[in-house]
Formats: sequence, C-alpha cells, structure tokens
Amino acid sequence: MRRRHSGPLAREVGLWVLALIWSIPFFFLIVVSVKPTAELFSSALQLPSRIDLGSYAGAWQSGHLGSALVSSLVITGGSVLGIVALSSVAAYTLARREGRIAVIMGLLFLIGIVLPSQLGLIPIYSLFKKLHLLGTYTGLILLNVSTWLPLAVFLYTGFLRQLSHEYEEAAQIDGASVWYTFLHVVFPLLRPVTGTVAILSGILIWNDFFNPLVFLSGTGKTPLPVAVYSFVGNYATQWNYVFAAVAIALVPALLFFIFAQRQLIQGFSGGVKG
Amino acid sequence: MTSQNSRNVLGVVRPSGERKRPNPPRHVPPWAWAVPAVLLVFLARYVAAVAGGWYAFTDWNGLTPTANFTGLANFRQIFTDEGARGALLNTVKFAACFVVLTNLVGLFLAVALNQHLKTRYLLRTVFFAPVVMSQLATAFIWRFLFDYSGPVNGVLGALGLESLKKTWLANPTWSFWAVVVVLVWQFSGLAMVILLAGLQGIPQEVEEAAEIDGASSWQRLVRVTLPLLAPALAISIQLSVISGLAIFDTVMALTNGGPLGATETLATQVYKQTFVFGRYGYGTALALLLTILIVAAALIQQLTTRATERRNA
Repeated sequence: MRRRHSGPLAREVGLWVLALIWSIPFFFLIVVSVKPTAELFSSALQLPSRIDLGSYAGAWQSGHLGSALVSSLVITGGSVLGIVALSSVAAYTLARREGRIAVIMGLLFLIGIVLPSQLGLIPIYSLFKKLHLLGTYTGLILLNVSTWLPLAVFLYTGFLRQLSHEYEEAAQIDGASVWYTFLHVVFPLLRPVTGTVAILSGILIWNDFFNPLVFLSGTGKTPLPVAVYSFVGNYATQWNYVFAAVAIALVPALLFFIFAQRQLIQGFSGGVKG
Repeated sequence: MTSQNSRNVLGVVRPSGERKRPNPPRHVPPWAWAVPAVLLVFLARYVAAVAGGWYAFTDWNGLTPTANFTGLANFRQIFTDEGARGALLNTVKFAACFVVLTNLVGLFLAVALNQHLKTRYLLRTVFFAPVVMSQLATAFIWRFLFDYSGPVNGVLGALGLESLKKTWLANPTWSFWAVVVVLVWQFSGLAMVILLAGLQGIPQEVEEAAEIDGASSWQRLVRVTLPLLAPALAISIQLSVISGLAIFDTVMALTNGGPLGATETLATQVYKQTFVFGRYGYGTALALLLTILIVAAALIQQLTTRATERRNA
C-alpha cells in the first residue's frame, strides 16, 4: 500500500533490538519459573539445566489459582457487561441531547474520571456491610462498574459525536422506535469503541488488586491478583514458584489482548472512517 | 431541514472549533436512559467521597463511634510534617517523570510502528504486553531483576563494572529511578496505542503532500504530524497525569515506600496512615489533598488543551 515505506530494514532491525530489551523481564519470568528449585541460588544469569514444570503444578495447587481464575472471570465478565450496557445508553443520551442538563451530566462523568476512589472507600464499605453486599460478587461488580463508568461514557460520547446521524434518521423515517434504533442501528456501529471500552476496563479490572483485597478478603472468592499476592507472601524467596504463579495469571490477559489489539487501536481513534 | 438550517442565517453562531453537526434526529433518547449510570456514579463516587471526605476535618481513628471536629488541624499537620511533605514532593516528581517519559517513549514507538513494517503487529504486541500485566506482577518480576544477586547486577558484574552494583531498591537515590524505570517499561505501551490510534486518523494524503513539497521527515513530524496528533496526545497526557499522581501498587510492591520514605507517595501514605496506623482522619486529609491535586491537574490540562485548540482553529 505505502510504497515509499517498503524496505526500511534498518529501522525494523533497530526496533527489534529495542523489543528484545523490552522483553527481558518476560524472558526472566519464563526462565526462572521453569528453574529447578536446587538451581535458584546459582547466578541469576545462569540458564536452567532442565525445564522443571513442578513450580507451575505447585503454584496452581497450593495457590488455589483454579478457583481464583474462575473468580477473576466472573468479576471481570460481570463488570464489563455492566459497564458497556450502562455507559453506552447513557452516552447515547448525552451525545444526542443538548442543553444545560447534558452539560452538567457530561461534567459529572468528566470529573468522575479523575476523582480518586480512596475518599469514598469507608462509606461504601459500611454501606455494603449494611446491605449484605460485603464479600459478594455483586458488591464488587457494582463498585467496579461505578468506578469505570465515567471513562467509558467519555469514550463512547467522543465516538458518538463524530458518528453521522444519517443511519439513525433513516431508521426513524422507516418508523423505528428510539430503542429499536439504538439496539439495531447505533449499537452495532459502536463496535470499535465497545471493543476499546471492554478491553480497557477488562484489563484494569482483571488486574485490580486493592478493591478485591478490601471487599472479598477471606471469602474464597478472591481473584488472581489477590491469590498471587498471598501466595507470594508464603513463598517469598522461591522465585520459581512466584514466577509460575505470575505467569499463570498473565496468560489469559495476554491471549485476550493478542486477539483484540487491532480493535483496541481502532476504538481509540474515535471515528468510523467511511 | 431547510427551516432548521436557516437558524444559522439568523445569527446563531457556532463557537469556533466546533465541528458542524447534522441536525439532531427527530426522536432523541429519553433522559431516563442516562439515569442508572448517573445515579450509580453520583452515589458511589460523589456522595461517598463527600461522606468520606468529611473525616478529613476530624480526629477519627476508625474505631471510636464518634469523631471530633478538628477543623484544619490535619492539614496543618500535613504541611509541617516532613514525611508528608516528602510524599507530596515525590508524588509530583513521579508524576512529572511518568508523564514526560511514557509519552516520549510512546510517541517514538507510535511513529516508528505506524510505518508499514512487516512485523509491526508483532512489535506492537511486544511493547503493549506489559500494559496487560497487573502492576503487582510487574513489581514482583522487577524486584527479582533489581535484586542484589539479580540479573541487573549480574550483567554489570559480567561487564566488569563491579563498582556500579547496588541494592537498587534499597538505595535512597536509586530506588526512585528504579520505580520510574518500571513504570515507563509498563505504561509506554499504553501511550503508544493511544497515539497510534491518533496517527491512523491522519489522512495519508496530508503527509504525502508535505513530502511532495519537499519536507524532510523531521519537518513532517514536527510541522504536520504532531499538530494533527494533538487530540490523541491530550488524551494520553491526561490519562498519564491522573495515573501518575495516583501511583500505588507499583511502589507498594517494589519498595513499600522506602528506603526512608524515598519513594513514598501521597497514595501510599493514604493507605498506610488509614489502614496500617489507624489515623483515619489524617489519612482522609491526605486523600483529600491528593484528590484536589488530581482534579486541579486535570482541569489545568483541559483548559490549556481547549485554549490551544481555539488558537489553532
């Protein structure tokens, strides 16, 4: 397509050198995780004499990573669904309406992006206690949705503002209701930004450590980061076990990203190009 | 349609810079659609923040049923306490380094990987991969890399630079930069992706026209690409300012704020004062200070972005 750029081999090689440097932490993550325990205290640069997957089995079992994986999936899946459902309709309303109320709502979400959540932590904690939401998936999912809604609304609104109204008008001239139009015409057009919102909030929630620590501790529903953290606490110097646990927790997120990376970039660009 | 357009003729002037939009559809979505999101955000973010923020003006310790109103005493203490002032200074230093370095590296990677290199998708994946890791996992890996008997010192030793070996994370000067290195490694990929998205929105013809006019690749970057990239750059900077000021997980897992408070930030102090030392009122005052800092930084950035856009319009 771009002929003028064909063959910048030197640049590609240069970038690969940088990429290799960037991958050094991953290299050690893998290498150390398969090191036999007996070789842990040899030089850090020493490659393992054989590949020992015992640390993976050990971390999986004694770290309860299986049930943590299920928890992570439930929490992340539920939260992302909630965020996409609530933010897309809210952003559509905001983007298609004008006037003072729309401006105030826009500000509410905009400031909501930057408000740190620490201030509200204790009031929410005691409210959840009263409502018996403490230690439940529902409680944490509600909290996650409220935390990431503002950013999602912001991304959706930006995209919607640039989206042509023609499709909606055509649907409505054909007699479609507002709800039908949104569900069958607008929402499918939002696919790129829905992808961005889902991936971005999915990654952030998947990796969230602090909120599950506070709201799910000691329930057996703790997700991967908390499980890995408590596992590491017990095996502080057993780097092969620590790294095996870290690698297990990393795989789903990495797979998800590899499949979704083009979507992510498209959605950020905030516009459908015809 | 025509009757609506004529309103513009009658003197309804659009603010400059705003894109001309088609007329709104006849049926707009009802306000009720926004209610669940607005309610949830309002209650969980704003009401909760106000309810929690009130404790910043009390001496509550988290246990007693009542809290005594102490006015601005907590804030006076923050500005006289050397530890808290250090944490405030570190927060600003971390944020500044974080914003500048992640965006510079991200910009470099985005421009480089926007070309049609054969392996560009693979390269993007490599640079973005750290972003999908939890900050906790990243910190564990780097703790190993920076360990005294770890690979960083191992390489220095192998190069004959024994004298440069350090306990990186326990060194009052170097621990700060070690944390910065980890943050830049982890988050430059995010800036890259946002800026790549912006670059893909720039029509190819614009750059080609500049090339035909004889602009060098540096001139094209500075005069053509960067100005068109401004909106994406604004988003990227905004996100990095917010997250840079609130850095928590990485510091806690790498250095726990040490040594001697060298990497302590407001966020780590909020956590420690509140949950470790049980000084709930004081911790909340720190959280309020952090909130004000973040909101102010975000607002200043919004205003400068708008002003620049208006000037360019």
